[in-house]
Amino acid sequence: MSDAATMDGLPGGTKGVVTDFSADRQAFHVPWGKAMMWIFLLSDTFIFSCFLVGYMHVRMAATDPWPFPSEVFALSFGGDPIPLILIAIMTFILITSSGTMALAVNMGYRKNKKATFWLMVATAILGASFVGMQAFEWTKLIVDEGVRPWGNPFGAAQFGSSFFMITGFHGMHVSAGVIYLLVVANRVRNGFYEQRGDNYEIVEIAGLYWHFVDLVWVFIFAFFYLW
Amino acid sequence: MAYVSIADRDHEVEHHDPDTFISKYVWSQDHKVIAIQYGVLAILIGLVGMLLSSAFRLQLGFPDMFEFINPENYYQFVTIHGMIMVIYLLTALFLGGFGNYLIPLQLGSRDMVFPFMNMLSVWVYALSVLILVASFFVPGGATGAGWTLYPPHAISPGTPGTDWGIVLMLLSLAVFIVAFTMGGLNYVTTVLQARCKGMTLMRMPLSVWGIFMATILGLLAFPALLVSAIMMLFDKLLGTSFFMPAMIQAGVATDTVGGSPVLFQHLFWFFGHPEVYIVALPAFGLVSDLLSTHARKNIFGYRMMVWAIIAIGGLSFIVWAHHMYVSGMNPYFGFFFATTTLIIAVPTALKVYNWVLTLWQGNIHLRVPMLFAIAFIFTFTHGGLTGLFLGNVTIDLPLSDTYFVVAHFHMVMGVSPVLVVFGAIYHWYPKMTGRMYNETLGKWHFWLTFLGTYSLYLPMHYLGFLGVPRRYFAMGNTEFMPDSAVTLNASMTISALIIAATQLIFIYNMIWSLKHGEKSGGNPWKSTSLEWQTPDTPPKHGNWGHSLPEVHRWAYDYSVPGQAEDFTPQTVPESEVPVGRDHGVDS
Repeated sequence: MSDAATMDGLPGGTKGVVTDFSADRQAFHVPWGKAMMWIFLLSDTFIFSCFLVGYMHVRMAATDPWPFPSEVFALSFGGDPIPLILIAIMTFILITSSGTMALAVNMGYRKNKKATFWLMVATAILGASFVGMQAFEWTKLIVDEGVRPWGNPFGAAQFGSSFFMITGFHGMHVSAGVIYLLVVANRVRNGFYEQRGDNYEIVEIAGLYWHFVDLVWVFIFAFFYLW
Repeated sequence: MAYVSIADRDHEVEHHDPDTFISKYVWSQDHKVIAIQYGVLAILIGLVGMLLSSAFRLQLGFPDMFEFINPENYYQFVTIHGMIMVIYLLTALFLGGFGNYLIPLQLGSRDMVFPFMNMLSVWVYALSVLILVASFFVPGGATGAGWTLYPPHAISPGTPGTDWGIVLMLLSLAVFIVAFTMGGLNYVTTVLQARCKGMTLMRMPLSVWGIFMATILGLLAFPALLVSAIMMLFDKLLGTSFFMPAMIQAGVATDTVGGSPVLFQHLFWFFGHPEVYIVALPAFGLVSDLLSTHARKNIFGYRMMVWAIIAIGGLSFIVWAHHMYVSGMNPYFGFFFATTTLIIAVPTALKVYNWVLTLWQGNIHLRVPMLFAIAFIFTFTHGGLTGLFLGNVTIDLPLSDTYFVVAHFHMVMGVSPVLVVFGAIYHWYPKMTGRMYNETLGKWHFWLTFLGTYSLYLPMHYLGFLGVPRRYFAMGNTEFMPDSAVTLNASMTISALIIAATQLIFIYNMIWSLKHGEKSGGNPWKSTSLEWQTPDTPPKHGNWGHSLPEVHRWAYDYSVPGQAEDFTPQTVPESEVPVGRDHGVDS
């Protein structure tokens, strides 16, 4: 929005911050929904931070040895097991979905209704396939390898507990995001936002949420699978 | 296209007034109705909390005289009393009640930014209250783990309510957090983005500043409680060992292994300490407005007051482990947390000085709201000073888990905010209802409550110094507790019962005055802030009639020398201020 701000003739940089916060009516030159999404994501950041810090703490406090993630999360396609291959694909898919989402936002501001709709649908499909692969991963761990929230054959019980809790919570965020994206995409298609004169800002707001969920995954990936 | 603020597009928006009873009073999206729904619900559940406290005080004052109190329900009463008062009464009342009512009115907005979410917020809150109350009626009863819910005992057999009570308690907290988040996002966004023309952040009344900062604290602190609630639910329902170490229970080893009870304490207090300020900051804000209005003087050091609120908010996130000195901690951490705890006293003391200096040479009107506001300065200073004792590691160790701690936090975050709640309800009652409360009944309510709380909590400090431990069902024959202390315990119970009965006066006054109170007019206190300048009293849907107000000054132009009136509302432009006489305040 910095472009819009300078178009208004308002100063940028530190001076801009001071101007924004000493202004009447509003502190940020953005719609209400976007400001609210920022604040919500800040709050959500604290939720995930608490989950991850809690996980690190129980990992250090656990008395049994911690399982070796490269082995637990390995998949073999006929030959030798390849460590972390499924997670690598899942991560790739999620990051790609961030790319399609960014394109959708761009197309939204260009008022290209059709492209916005299809890019959002593509994002939702990528998100859904992420959740699907997560379901596959969970099934494999639970059914084939006997990992349970209260214990597992590889070592510390907290491994399974934190894994199901944190990836589950993140998976719920992705699922909610897929539904959110589809609702917004449908409204883009049937012209709901044009009638209200809303400029497809909602596409960007949905995008903020989606990028946030991706960013959180990067941290979960780093702290859970790579550590 | 550059973004045009909603306040500037106000004339384009059509306002649909609700017309049926249900859309007006039940599923209402009007912030004022939601505020009153929040307030009434919070006060009702607060009365339950008060009754619980009377019940367990009976046991403490007159041990074993009342058969309906056994150790199990004593612990349940203590636990649920604490939970209700801290979260379901004070948090909900300050933010959901006063926040909802005052933010749009004091900022010159039509409503909260997302009224539908605001409505969901109050009903989800009602659901959380329902779940909490339901926990009394499930097998095993409500949880008796103490309001801090420390594991492992919170979910181990032997503690009351480990079957279903603790599950419902944690569930209710999670639901409450959802409700709070929906409301809280609204409050913060409204303050930042939906003010009227001329209303800059540094012209906002301190009430809004306090509520705003408290809401931010809530949005950042409640996540820690949510996470710990989820983890403990997993421990309880799925048999995980997040918080559960390997234990021997009745000679048998449990299935749990390697969990960390201290992790829960860290998560809980990372929420719990900011929670103190979630309750205190709105009280600070509201009391500032009460003092300034009824002393007919501008608040002393407005900018300092704002920065103190912000500083307290920031510091409140780095003091949490001072609740855990006896849990076992590296001495360097103890040193760090003691230091930050003492630093947070600086902006807090600054606020107290500013309140006192606001009163200095003011034209003080000792009406009921003012009495409560001045009483708040006493109780808060008192409770704050004992906080300095407890903030130091070496002094805290012997005092920890004694009645001294109970007395401290009741003075500082029980009595003080509740006094402000009463003062603020009396102060804004004319605006909410259009009628005045009964002054005489109000004064009775004040004096009995104020003196009652002192006669309840002052002796409690003494018991704490003697080493009487908190939460014990019965003391038995102990050497450190002389007979005089036993007698004191009985007198404290009598005080508690008198205070509890006194609240009936308040409720009677509020209900009676709805019908029989004098008509108040729009601005009975001759106040400057925007909520008193509404075209209708009580304000109608949309608050401001045809056009939004325009603000030309801060909210504290009282007794400005050279002006004809001793107050100048925020809506009056410089050119229209009537001039005439000197009020002599600055002489």
